[in-house]
Amino acid sequence: MTMTNKTLTGTLIDERVELTIDELCRACSGSTEWVIELVDEGILEPTNRERRTWRFSGTSLHRARAARRLQRDLEVNIAGVALALDLLEEIESLRERLGRFEAHDI
Amino acid sequence: MDFKDYYSIMGVERDASQDEIKRAYRKLARKYHPDVNKDPDAEAQFKELGEAYAVLKDPEKRAAYDQLGADYEAGQDFRPPPDWDAGFEFSGGGDASAYSDFFESLFGSDFRASSGRRQHSGFHARGQDHHARVFIDLEDAYQGATRSISLRSPLVDPSGHVTTKDRTLNVKIPKGVKPGQRIRLSGQGSPGLGDAPAGDLFLEIAFNPHPIYRIEGLDVYFDLPVAPWEAALGATVKAPTPAGTVELKVPKGASSGRKLRLKKRGIPGKPPGDLYAVVTITLPEADTEAAKEVYRQMERDLAYNPRSKLGV
Repeated sequence: MTMTNKTLTGTLIDERVELTIDELCRACSGSTEWVIELVDEGILEPTNRERRTWRFSGTSLHRARAARRLQRDLEVNIAGVALALDLLEEIESLRERLGRFEAHDI
Repeated sequence: MDFKDYYSIMGVERDASQDEIKRAYRKLARKYHPDVNKDPDAEAQFKELGEAYAVLKDPEKRAAYDQLGADYEAGQDFRPPPDWDAGFEFSGGGDASAYSDFFESLFGSDFRASSGRRQHSGFHARGQDHHARVFIDLEDAYQGATRSISLRSPLVDPSGHVTTKDRTLNVKIPKGVKPGQRIRLSGQGSPGLGDAPAGDLFLEIAFNPHPIYRIEGLDVYFDLPVAPWEAALGATVKAPTPAGTVELKVPKGASSGRKLRLKKRGIPGKPPGDLYAVVTITLPEADTEAAKEVYRQMERDLAYNPRSKLGV
């Protein structure tokens, strides 16, 4: 096995990066049909209306992978995944706010 | 190697029915799922749970485990007897890449190789994408950095056995990364089959907790301790930022909790985040006669009732 010593530079997947449906499928080990299902449920929002030219933002990757894990590990159905993701995001933002207030208690 | 008590991990009795085991798994899986539970130990607990369930849900494996485990307790040193598994047939399946040595000594590493390989039916198939998480410091997001990352990935050798391969990558962390963002390294995933290209490696960025700063998206917060006279009269004070010390103006009459915004001094980017100094008024101790006299003088001269809004 070779050890790589040179420094690798990657692409930062942020809001400005657009992923194709194939890239998203591969990164999540999911099928095209599965991605379409996520879009139909409102879990992912593609930039284009036309399915052939769908592009997804970097944040979609985060959501799609979490959706994949929840489906696989907890056998949650697609509507349940959508609800769970929304609630998890809400908890996350509440937790951030809570962290800010708790820090002032001292 | 320590013996693992799969029954106690799942919180069920040894004579639990398959239905009870399934129910216990569902309940604990929801509790410890790393997407749901942000506790740092949750991921390890979830993996352990998955391993316990992989054994107990499968009547063949459960029977083998029961026969072997009757004389052991959790944590006890464990060595499987030779040929202990004669007479059991394991059909395999499932994603077992993360199971413990204990699990592998019982059920071998052979059967885990059977999962996931059959899907490559053609001679040319793009390699699988890999994912890993990398922890960086807040300062790395401000300045950019090069991080050395050690990865251990499962590898199927030519004879079909699974081994793990360790490798170290030096990766450039670009300026302006946010928690949860990913860096894609093309061609650093699994090798492709035939002429097909290798998969990609995705690194998810996570931040080490910082003793001073808190991160919210692109914005960064820290508590700025301020003396009572600085808050009352206004002052220019030294304040830290992840990019170095700055002079910060505390306005006259600043109260505790007031946020002083340092525009564009949050995590860099387009647009950059803001940095917030949260005013925290701290009191000098009244530990000398002179200090006590200052407080007494304030009490005499200021006619201040901090509870006037409470109506008392």
